[in-house]
Amino acid sequence: MTGISRTWWKTTTGLVLTALMLFPVYWMINVSFTRDQDMRKSPPALFPVHGTLEGYRAVLDQQLPYLGTSLVIGLGTVLLTVALAAPAGYALAKLRPRGGGLLSFLFLVAQMIPGIIMAMGFYAIYLQLGLLQSVPGLIVADSTLAVPFAVLIFTAFMSGVPGELLQAAQMDGAGPLRTFRSVVLPMSRNAVVTVSLFAFLWSWSDFVFASTLAGGGAHEPITLGIYHYIGNNNQEWNAIMATAVVASLPAAVILVLAQRYVAAGVTAGAVKD
Amino acid sequence: MKQTTHPPDPRLLDRAGAATAAPPPVRTASRRRRRPRSRQWAAWAFLAPVTLYLALFYAYPLYRNLDLSLRNYTVRSFVQGDAPFTGLANYRKVFDDPTFGPALTHTVVFTAVCLLFQYAIGLALAVFFNQNFKLSATLRALFLVPWLLPLIVSASTWSWMLNSDSGVVNSLLGAIGIGPVNWLTSPEWSLTSVIIANIWIGVPFNLVVLYSGLQSIPTSLYEAAALDGASAWRRFWSITFPLLRPVSAITLLLGLVYTLKVFDIIWIMTKGGPADSSTTFATWSYRLGFGNLLPAFGPGAAVGNLLVVAALVFGLVYLRVQRKQALS
Repeated sequence: MTGISRTWWKTTTGLVLTALMLFPVYWMINVSFTRDQDMRKSPPALFPVHGTLEGYRAVLDQQLPYLGTSLVIGLGTVLLTVALAAPAGYALAKLRPRGGGLLSFLFLVAQMIPGIIMAMGFYAIYLQLGLLQSVPGLIVADSTLAVPFAVLIFTAFMSGVPGELLQAAQMDGAGPLRTFRSVVLPMSRNAVVTVSLFAFLWSWSDFVFASTLAGGGAHEPITLGIYHYIGNNNQEWNAIMATAVVASLPAAVILVLAQRYVAAGVTAGAVKD
Repeated sequence: MKQTTHPPDPRLLDRAGAATAAPPPVRTASRRRRRPRSRQWAAWAFLAPVTLYLALFYAYPLYRNLDLSLRNYTVRSFVQGDAPFTGLANYRKVFDDPTFGPALTHTVVFTAVCLLFQYAIGLALAVFFNQNFKLSATLRALFLVPWLLPLIVSASTWSWMLNSDSGVVNSLLGAIGIGPVNWLTSPEWSLTSVIIANIWIGVPFNLVVLYSGLQSIPTSLYEAAALDGASAWRRFWSITFPLLRPVSAITLLLGLVYTLKVFDIIWIMTKGGPADSSTTFATWSYRLGFGNLLPAFGPGAAVGNLLVVAALVFGLVYLRVQRKQALS
């Protein structure tokens, strides 16, 4: 008797807590549908009763180039990150290089450097190289957000590839490169997915590098699109929030389609087992 | 930056640590003796790109940043690269700056309060979700949303919710008779506002990590305690909390490193203002370097380097704790 009623009580509490936690997200969506004339109504309407698509029309009119840039930069970051980190993970996990421990340690330390400091260094370098406000420049900078994490994920994952398989490949005359391409990489699909998801998400969400390295240029990502909006037309919050909703779509898609990879990435064994 | 919270992987760290600390297994040793050279060459061929990358895109920007902080840069000499070496003058300038004291206080308060609440709320939620009930997995996944959203999205949403005149927060407070609060525009409240937003963003990470920590506590312990008549409160304090200590230490230290460098949220919501009332080292450094028409790269880099030192100190503490746990 108590069993079922107690679970229901817990589920209800859980629903209330989740609703509280996600209220800001709901509010963003609500405001994105609110008409301009209702924006400063007091008290604000809790539901978009006179819903409008004006905000989303503004997104289509003004924000598509920003979204396109972000997409290109996100995909570029994913490719660069995987290309750099997968071979490194293989070497660290399976080839036991001398000095590999030190390299892993450096990657852990690298993750702790505040982005704003990296941005200032990148700014000084890009200014000299003429890479400011360029898409490749931003791809390289954004990849620094993901590469250390990616190397660690790949190393952990590839340590799990059975040594017998590698030896078998070796017997068949495959060199390290061949073994990597035909055995290790195909077996590490999950690691590739996890790394790609996070690399894309971090690059898509990046604001620090975008504002320091790409600000004012021809190719600005969506984070700057929103930032300019906030700065310029303080009044059209439906357009700002509509852009925010669109900018959140990758996160939503990732959560729905690839939740298990996300959980794996967040904890990635943060707990000793 | 979202980077606020990308967790490195402690278990991987164990492995990395073990790789340096423990002698290699015998099998590998013999294999290495057989083909030592070619294997080492192959390994470093695979590592070459990422090593070069580490040097070019981590070490060199850091070096440039150090160089910036030790010279007297103007906009002209920044472009031409012939700024005179001035030693620690930039650091002295930063220490003497009237912003230094407040920025230090705000950084400490922001980090401490955020950590405390993120951890406490995260732990409470983790304990709650650990009792498997209907929908618990789905709801737990939904809790990840704030962590996955781009920071600019969260920051602008909170800005509008906390708007003095039209914000939903003031409207709700008004309904229970509390006068309008100037969340973002008054010096008394601006720091609180960015702290609230940042706690909201950090709770999911704490929840997920602590939850997986709870999962590894054997249920038999709770069953035994329940048989002995221990209350839920008692069970939490004498079983859950002590057994969760290693995970808690990791979560808090990682949180510390990441909260120290929070920049986006504060900059987007308040720009560190009004009147420096929410300025931390991260936003101060950015404002010096990029926020004014006349950039002060030298002092900006100096403030940034102070932040790097703080982050690295706590980072190394984290690594030590992690390694000690791995060995025990």
